[in-house]
Amino acid sequence: MTEPTMKYSEAIEKFDPVMGLEVHVELGTKTKMFCGCSTEFGAEPNTQVCPVCLGLPGALPAVNHIGVESAIRIGLALNCEIATWCRFARKNYFYPDMPKNFQTSQYDEPIAFNGYLDVDIETEEGTKTFRVEIERAHMEEDTGKNTHLGGATGRIHGADYSLVDYNRAGIPLIEIVTKPIVGTGKYAPEVAKAYVSALREILRSLDVSDVKMEQGSMRCDVNLSLRPTPESPLGTRSETKNVNSLRSVERSVRYEVTRHAARLTAGQTVVQETRHWHEDTGVTTAGRPKSDADDYRYFPEPDLMPIAPSREWVEELRATLPENPAVRRTRLMTSWNLSELEMTNLMNAGVLELVEAAVNAGMSPDSARKWYTGELARVANERGVEVEEVGVGHDVLARIEALIADGGLNDKLARQVLEGVMAGEGSVDEVIAGRGLAVVSDDGPLLEAIDAALAADPEVAAKIASGKLQAAGAVVGAVMKATRGQADAARVRELLFEKLGVSE
Amino acid sequence: MSGISRDDVAHLAGLARISIPEDQLDHYAGQLDAILDAVAQISQANTEDVPAMSHPIPMTNVFREDVPSPSLGQADALAGAPAVEDARFRVPRILDQE
Amino acid sequence: MTELIRMNASDLVDAMNSGDVSSVEITQAHLDRIAAVDADVHAFLHVDAAGALSAAAEVDAKRSSGESQSVLAGVPLGLKDILATKGLPTTCGSKILENWIPPYDATVVSRLRQAGIPILGKTNMDEFAMGSSTEHSAFGPTHNPWDLERIPGGSGGGSSACLAAFEAPLAIGTDTGGSIRQPAAVTGTVGVKPTYGGVSRYGAVALASSLDQIGPCARTVLDTALLHSVIAGYDPMDSTSINAAVPAVVEAARRGDVQGMKIGIVREIGGEGFQAGVQARFDESVALLENLGAEIVEVSCPNFPLALAAYYLILPSECSSNLAKFDGIRFGLRVGDDGSKSVEQVMSETRAAGFGDEVIRRIILGTYALSAGYYDAYYGQAQKVRTMIAQDFTRAFEEVDVLISPTAPTTAFKIGEKLDDPMAMYLNDVATIPVNLAGLPGMSLPIGLADEDNLPVGLQIMAPAMADDRLYNVGAAIERELLAKWGAPLLSKAPELAGA
Repeated sequence: MTEPTMKYSEAIEKFDPVMGLEVHVELGTKTKMFCGCSTEFGAEPNTQVCPVCLGLPGALPAVNHIGVESAIRIGLALNCEIATWCRFARKNYFYPDMPKNFQTSQYDEPIAFNGYLDVDIETEEGTKTFRVEIERAHMEEDTGKNTHLGGATGRIHGADYSLVDYNRAGIPLIEIVTKPIVGTGKYAPEVAKAYVSALREILRSLDVSDVKMEQGSMRCDVNLSLRPTPESPLGTRSETKNVNSLRSVERSVRYEVTRHAARLTAGQTVVQETRHWHEDTGVTTAGRPKSDADDYRYFPEPDLMPIAPSREWVEELRATLPENPAVRRTRLMTSWNLSELEMTNLMNAGVLELVEAAVNAGMSPDSARKWYTGELARVANERGVEVEEVGVGHDVLARIEALIADGGLNDKLARQVLEGVMAGEGSVDEVIAGRGLAVVSDDGPLLEAIDAALAADPEVAAKIASGKLQAAGAVVGAVMKATRGQADAARVRELLFEKLGVSE
Repeated sequence: MSGISRDDVAHLAGLARISIPEDQLDHYAGQLDAILDAVAQISQANTEDVPAMSHPIPMTNVFREDVPSPSLGQADALAGAPAVEDARFRVPRILDQE
Repeated sequence: MTELIRMNASDLVDAMNSGDVSSVEITQAHLDRIAAVDADVHAFLHVDAAGALSAAAEVDAKRSSGESQSVLAGVPLGLKDILATKGLPTTCGSKILENWIPPYDATVVSRLRQAGIPILGKTNMDEFAMGSSTEHSAFGPTHNPWDLERIPGGSGGGSSACLAAFEAPLAIGTDTGGSIRQPAAVTGTVGVKPTYGGVSRYGAVALASSLDQIGPCARTVLDTALLHSVIAGYDPMDSTSINAAVPAVVEAARRGDVQGMKIGIVREIGGEGFQAGVQARFDESVALLENLGAEIVEVSCPNFPLALAAYYLILPSECSSNLAKFDGIRFGLRVGDDGSKSVEQVMSETRAAGFGDEVIRRIILGTYALSAGYYDAYYGQAQKVRTMIAQDFTRAFEEVDVLISPTAPTTAFKIGEKLDDPMAMYLNDVATIPVNLAGLPGMSLPIGLADEDNLPVGLQIMAPAMADDRLYNVGAAIERELLAKWGAPLLSKAPELAGA
């Protein structure tokens, strides 16, 4: 049952959108948030449970140190203030996938709050930076998994019964909530997508989660409301779940804007509810009516002691933060003197870290780029692996570049050397010796080869001597062939002209 | 401040997932009213500037290292379950979705 | 030799060490006693003869091979049915857990097992520890061995009754608002609620998480101290557990010297509502302490009159959340699953069928107190009053070393007498509740019989946090004096149980 919509351009002309984005991140810790059960994937049902995460009578929670550490690091990376003192709280409601029928979470005392994330979007006027303000980031735990059976579609409506697996119950989650995102105008979908994308990059760089939206380790809920003008009070919002990709983020915002606009224009009200996004059909469908009157009866969790991160600890953690990815990109681009396009190519090839490591080891940015986006990317592609898996370290490349620089190798030989290294024949020098790939540095064999080439083509000497210098190419080619590419072409040319008494 | 009606009891029982029979709602409402009357004196205390106490002992930062410990084992986990299917807890159909 | 069941734990240990008797014999003697009298007393919900005898045999084997064992190895014990015991039923006195067999041991239970203490069985209690008389057990009340028509106190009536009936020399209880101390008082036994965080709560089914503590019960102060030292101490599985040395309770129990101590009487505990005979015995204890060289000081704890109200807001709130897990999904009773009903309905029917009236009452009350719109006035306000009560204690302990009071306002009342009036029942806790709110340790020990009814009266001693040893020191001093005065332990005056 699809709802009427209107064209996006029309909708956005009439209304001002306000968004709120809630992202849940599954941390990649070894154990759950409140017990020592393993978090590894793929286990048989109900094998990674204990009295604590199964909610058995008498069990008590114990807080995962890395869970707290990750929460603080995420907060810092998002420019948040870190609480000097905060507690966990119980969010009380009944549901079969909730072992205790309350979720241990945080309520009015989140561990991180008042932050922001700057995102870039492409507008008609060029690249614009938009600041998304972050309300809070807090710690909580995931629920078990319900499988619904007996009904028609395998979804919950019409199911006869359900089966519950608590392996995922208690997995650490960090919930990141934005403040109302205002002032995006028609770029709301882009801002939403850029925010989620930038957030994902930061989380990945922090190494706290594998942030795979399709697998559910990063989940996004999109809240949207419309108002006639930016000065009007906020409208009624809808919440959209099941937004499992960046593409879905953008599309669902766009769709909800049009859906809200159609209703409001037709004189109807927007129902405050939770909706379900369908990527295949590109629409949302109604779910449960969302009630702000969901009375969760929050109170501070008595079984867990307050968390009071010392400022020393916070600064220690701040020092472990990687550079903000966007900032880092700009810095390297400038330092390596690359154009935006060259940088984009680097990014797309996924070799930024490799190039940076090579440059730090002394290679020139251009050579590093040449190899990683060139030959190595080609081989990786051929083999269907990531570039770093090709197994050629920057020290190998550095050696090859050094040899090319002082004439020990040329590009063609270098590729063969690389082949040998990848085949496991040894180091660069070992491969050169083993395969006999060194550029011939002794003039003797070169002169012999030149004589042989001239002898094979009697007219060419005269052509060159008479000034047709291009003819030298054929001779050089013949010498290269004769030496199996191991001659230094420039030196051959030099010797040839010397011999014929010609100058370039 | 006090004054729990039978409707209140019905609503609270719903929140607490306890199906109290109609004919007992008044009985509970009456008893709860009496208790609330007695505890209502709590409002007389002057608690301005008094911090709430959620934990009687002043400890903070109690953490557990991120090191796996043995789980129960599937058999023990399911041992007390009223209904099991496919090594999972079988529950009746869920009305209130997602 | 004195009949085995009449001996104290420390005497039993001496007898075993001198080879006079084995743990198996001692354990069997107590199992025989249970078989003889428990039909009348109903202290036990479940007796594990095989398990207890097996543990006893192991202790005997280790003793003959000279292996060193804990200080109470071989002395049998009754365990309140609120503690998870692997392989043994754990009902919490409730139908909703009638057939639950936990897959794990509570930490305290592990420590008891490691200490070689045979567990005779699980003792009766008010359902989910809510009550002061054990009448709210879904499996029938326990009867006070002093007068079988009377209550043994609650919620841990089974534990103290089994001691008073000589069914066990040791017992474990839990105390949230007086559930160890009040039963001790009305049965003439000793019971201690340790400092909050002093004993691990892992595996003790939670009633009010910020108030609950597990504690030792016995017939003498020394026995209680020995048991205290076995179960107390840091547990990483309990995030509220204190990481510090256990107070020197055994040494204090052997000392019993109050010379020069300052002992405070709380002005706000006592007076109206307190039975004359209870007050009389208390006054005598005060004089006794003075004679022993203590200085008695009256202190005021002006916020104590609000303690009952704060308690009956905090406890229901926390328990309404703690008891949400009893929903018929993963364990316990499930009712109404006929294939046509939704899980919401099955949950609701299960809980209505599995929970008794008092439990339902407190869950509803707690749900109300935490509700949006009421939180600040009720739960929030109660937590602030709690701070004020803790501050009263802090101020008092600047002046005195311990505080004393009668443990309970009355002696044991008749079964059925207060069942219809919840508030009347709650008033039993008026003296014991304050230490739970502040997380402080408290003890009750027997100080005589009330003149009007010849029923036991208890004295409550309260101490600062982690000063549990002061309880045992003062308690031991009083106990020694009274034993000298009576010539025999108070319990020797209890009527013989028919069938014994």
